[in-house]
Amino acid sequence: MGVALTRSAQWTAAGHGAKTLEVTPLNEAIVKEIIMFVESFIYKYPQEANYVFVEPLEWKTNLDPSAFGSGYAVREIRLNPGTVKNDIELLKQFSGKGKQTVLESIEYTSDYEFSNGCRAPPWRQIKGEICYVLVKPHDAETLCVTCSKEGVFLNGGKTDDEGQINYERKGEIYKDLVTLLKEKSAIFSENMSKQEIKFSEQPQKDQPNEAPKEEVAITHKASVTSRKSTQEKNRINLGRSQLTKRLEPSLNWRTSVSSKESRNTLRDTQVEKHGGKLEKSRSSVSPGRAQLIRKSVEKIEEIISDSSSESEEDEEQPDHRQEANADLPSEYWQIQKLVKYLKGGNQTATVIALCSMKDFNLAQETCQLAIRDVGGLEVLINLLETDEVKCKIGSLKILKEISHNPQIRRNIVDLGGLPVMVNILDSPHKSLKCLAAETIANVAKFRRARRVVRRHGGITKLVALLDCGKHSGEPAQSSLYETRDVEVARCGALALWSCSKSYANKEAIRKAGGIPLLARLLKTSHENMLIPVVGTLQECASEENYRAAIKAERIIENLVKNLNSENEQLQEHCAMAIYQCAEDEETRDLVRLHGGLKPLASLLNNTDNKERLAAVTGAIWKCSISKENVTKFREYKAIETLVGLLTDQPEEVLVNVVGALGECCQEHENRVIIRRCGGIQPLVNLLVGINQALLVNVTKAVGACAVEPESMMIIDRLDGVRLLWSLLKNPHPDVKASAAWALCPCIQNAKDAGEMVRSFVGGLELVVNLLKSDNKEVLASVCAVITNIAKDQENLAVITDHGVVPLLSKLANTNNDKLRRHLAETISRCCMWGRNRVAFGEHKAVAPLVRYLKSNDTNVHRATAQALYQLSEDADNCVTMHENGAVKTSFSKYQPMVCVITKPCEHGSRAIGNYIENIRHPGDKSKSFADHNKTVT
Amino acid sequence: MDQKVLKRLVESISKSVNSFKKSEIECFIRIFHNVVGRGDVKLANVGLDRNTFRVILHSIFGMTDDVLMNRVFFAFDKDNDNYINVKEWVKGLSVFLRGTFEEKLKFCFEVYYFNGDGYISRERIYDMLKNSLHQQSPEEETDEGIRELVDIALKKMDYDNDGRISFADFEKAVKEDRLLLEVFGPCLPDAKVQWQQRIGLGEIFKDLKRNPC
Repeated sequence: MGVALTRSAQWTAAGHGAKTLEVTPLNEAIVKEIIMFVESFIYKYPQEANYVFVEPLEWKTNLDPSAFGSGYAVREIRLNPGTVKNDIELLKQFSGKGKQTVLESIEYTSDYEFSNGCRAPPWRQIKGEICYVLVKPHDAETLCVTCSKEGVFLNGGKTDDEGQINYERKGEIYKDLVTLLKEKSAIFSENMSKQEIKFSEQPQKDQPNEAPKEEVAITHKASVTSRKSTQEKNRINLGRSQLTKRLEPSLNWRTSVSSKESRNTLRDTQVEKHGGKLEKSRSSVSPGRAQLIRKSVEKIEEIISDSSSESEEDEEQPDHRQEANADLPSEYWQIQKLVKYLKGGNQTATVIALCSMKDFNLAQETCQLAIRDVGGLEVLINLLETDEVKCKIGSLKILKEISHNPQIRRNIVDLGGLPVMVNILDSPHKSLKCLAAETIANVAKFRRARRVVRRHGGITKLVALLDCGKHSGEPAQSSLYETRDVEVARCGALALWSCSKSYANKEAIRKAGGIPLLARLLKTSHENMLIPVVGTLQECASEENYRAAIKAERIIENLVKNLNSENEQLQEHCAMAIYQCAEDEETRDLVRLHGGLKPLASLLNNTDNKERLAAVTGAIWKCSISKENVTKFREYKAIETLVGLLTDQPEEVLVNVVGALGECCQEHENRVIIRRCGGIQPLVNLLVGINQALLVNVTKAVGACAVEPESMMIIDRLDGVRLLWSLLKNPHPDVKASAAWALCPCIQNAKDAGEMVRSFVGGLELVVNLLKSDNKEVLASVCAVITNIAKDQENLAVITDHGVVPLLSKLANTNNDKLRRHLAETISRCCMWGRNRVAFGEHKAVAPLVRYLKSNDTNVHRATAQALYQLSEDADNCVTMHENGAVKTSFSKYQPMVCVITKPCEHGSRAIGNYIENIRHPGDKSKSFADHNKTVT
Repeated sequence: MDQKVLKRLVESISKSVNSFKKSEIECFIRIFHNVVGRGDVKLANVGLDRNTFRVILHSIFGMTDDVLMNRVFFAFDKDNDNYINVKEWVKGLSVFLRGTFEEKLKFCFEVYYFNGDGYISRERIYDMLKNSLHQQSPEEETDEGIRELVDIALKKMDYDNDGRISFADFEKAVKEDRLLLEVFGPCLPDAKVQWQQRIGLGEIFKDLKRNPC
């Protein structure tokens, strides 16, 4: 597991010293998974959890690897390129002239190091050979040594004439280089023991990643320790990989934990990761859909390739080169042979090699990486720059397949493949254009690639491909050419779909005149074409500009039309696009006017395709923000259907269903429907979830239902208020705020609300403490809750004891009108207890409140007037009010006050009237002001 | 040239060649006539010899491989009299320039198995591919490389595993991947010529008219 994680994790680029984890979604996911495992482990096995492992645990085992069966990765490799390299590097440091050194010299036979750390040529790597070194000991001839996975041995040496190595083994196999050299050179052996101490002092940083796991660990058992320590004395750190059979670290862990259950969890995670890999090629076929459904299996992969238009996720991930010590598959050398022909053959040989390469399972990662590792990518890309159409086609056909692999995509970009492909888009050869566009569609799955496409003018060229319908007016075109034109446009749309995930590309597509072309293609009836077209539109609809253009180009009409298509994917993308666009009121009306609500409602009845269901419910949610649409949905019995979808659906669907119900709940009639078809119980049940978006919507819906006293009774009976209340502890501010808002109608409509609130142990303290939040929405909602709580005198007394007054006063200096309004209301309510009025004055809440009157928001004015009225019953507060603008001679200062009075808000005016009465009372200072106001009133 | 003769010739050829218009057939006959350069002799009795034809293949259709040019000649020369007569000329060009996929398939197969027993044998493949690797290593190694390449091609196309490629094998392989149509070397006009012929057939032979060989 450790190795697997080390490889998956994304590290910061570090020259020397330890690398650190980068803050990326992938790493977060990995770390979370580890934490989850570790946390549960502590509880399940408290005793075992007490052991502290200073270093990774390692021990000898009698278990045969075959005993582990399938599902375990067992390694039986003694040496790997890393350990060999470390040994050689270390020996180099202690080599040279002089008596103290261990060797005269040690050198590799080849300067070229493959990406997997090997220096042996690939065909020797297949046999497990890593590299060859020439070693000159003080007391012997130069030795030519082969380092392989099996061990180290002398080979036939360099042949004199050509400098070739005779690879044949000429001696015994030793477990490592040091052992071999000790055997061959007495001086080495002697000097080595002298150096022993120095060696062990070598800092660890010389051996990144793989070194620590190979250390022999200090174990907690005394007997083991003593045995080990004697061993340790005779041992040099160099010969690190001495255990004859070493299992993977992950395996060590499992056996050391020695519990069936934790084994299973670990195995599951491994299977999960594996599963994720398999999914990869599939999910990348349809760029747009990843954003909706997240299967847990795909979790990590999904995070990498998140295609949501909002978050420009860069999916760059660490380069996994073929591991040297993993056995090279047979495809590897077959492909290598083909690449040789690509390099050294004329057009005919090249085409044969390309066609043959296509016969490999190019969807398989082994083949994809093999092509890259033998230098095939460079050649394939070079072929694109030749004049040979056949070679270009053959090369693109391969690139198109292997670019489903995220690493290959990155390599293609690194090798400068994209500009060449962008150029090919200009070719007169249609199938060539198509292949180039399709390959670009695959490669442009990450941000850097999309940028390259744009910078090389690719977006304009791709948009030009959409312009296939030029001849559509001329009837005489043969159908063959027409089909090929359609194909060109389809491939263009496919590439644009991928590219449209970057903001700048959306802009570029728009500027290149893409929207009218997409709108025109949308009128065609080719399903294959419609999917990428709608996909692109859906992606771009995240931008305001596009939503406006989509409205203007009458795209909504066609989106609605295609909702009735037979193709589920097309329906899905249309619904997604409507979901994106329906934030806009006019668009919501357009969807209704073009008859889009009915197909949406009827699509709700097909619940098998979850991706589509999520998109459809999303569209319904956004559309139901308009009341007229809700009326229609009610007509189509969609509300009942939505209630039915509250159970047994994935979260992505639930979020939208509940969101839609929340909108519907704004009307009495619908609230009744929801109650009647038993919607309240499943809604309340959803309050225990953990999905943040879902919780925000659920709390909103439950709150809306609570407006009905009859529904409130059900909520109360189901303990819904307690659940809402505990959501105030949710870490996410949106959830907190939404829960708080929902609590307000609950408290208003519950019978014995005061008693109910008191029954939540620690509940009041929790609410008061939320006033320390720094989120304005949380503060406003909590103020609203407190206003409702404070209606009960006993509870008001309790929250006063919890220090609500100073906390509220602290908030008074705010410019946020929403907060101001609710804060003023709360202050007004809290004044009703004990000496709170005075306390607000003492905590300097009065002066800021006076300034609220300058706000443009009538709600703020009304609430503030009430609060000032309550506060003005204390004489000192009146003085403060005077000093803060009520009594200064300048007329303009009173203007806000005048405004309040003249506004047609009876309640507010009366409050102000009362307030003025009070303010006049304490002294004559206010006389002129009051006189003035009298005239106004 | 006698207009009546020409007209009759056009009529007779147009019965077996559908892809050209009569005016186009006439144009090709004129070109043939021009190239042969013996307007006075009855057209039916003269023909292009191999060398003249190879010059045309090279200068107009961009072919370079001698072996293949010879074979294309023989594929044109249906009656095996070592001359391409006017009918063979027009018929051949129609496959060359306007051939359907099936026609081209047959044509290429004919070129490749040339004079054989209806199969493309391993030896023939070797002959056709022997110059396909750039000389960069000693003779022996190149030879080994070509043998390997022949194996690769056979593995790809010999569906019935009899060590040679039948027409059925060839057809199946090419239908699966069109790139294999000219698998053993170019024997059709290259893409550039194909573009030109969209513009107009006369365009292709412009140079030839001006400068008859």
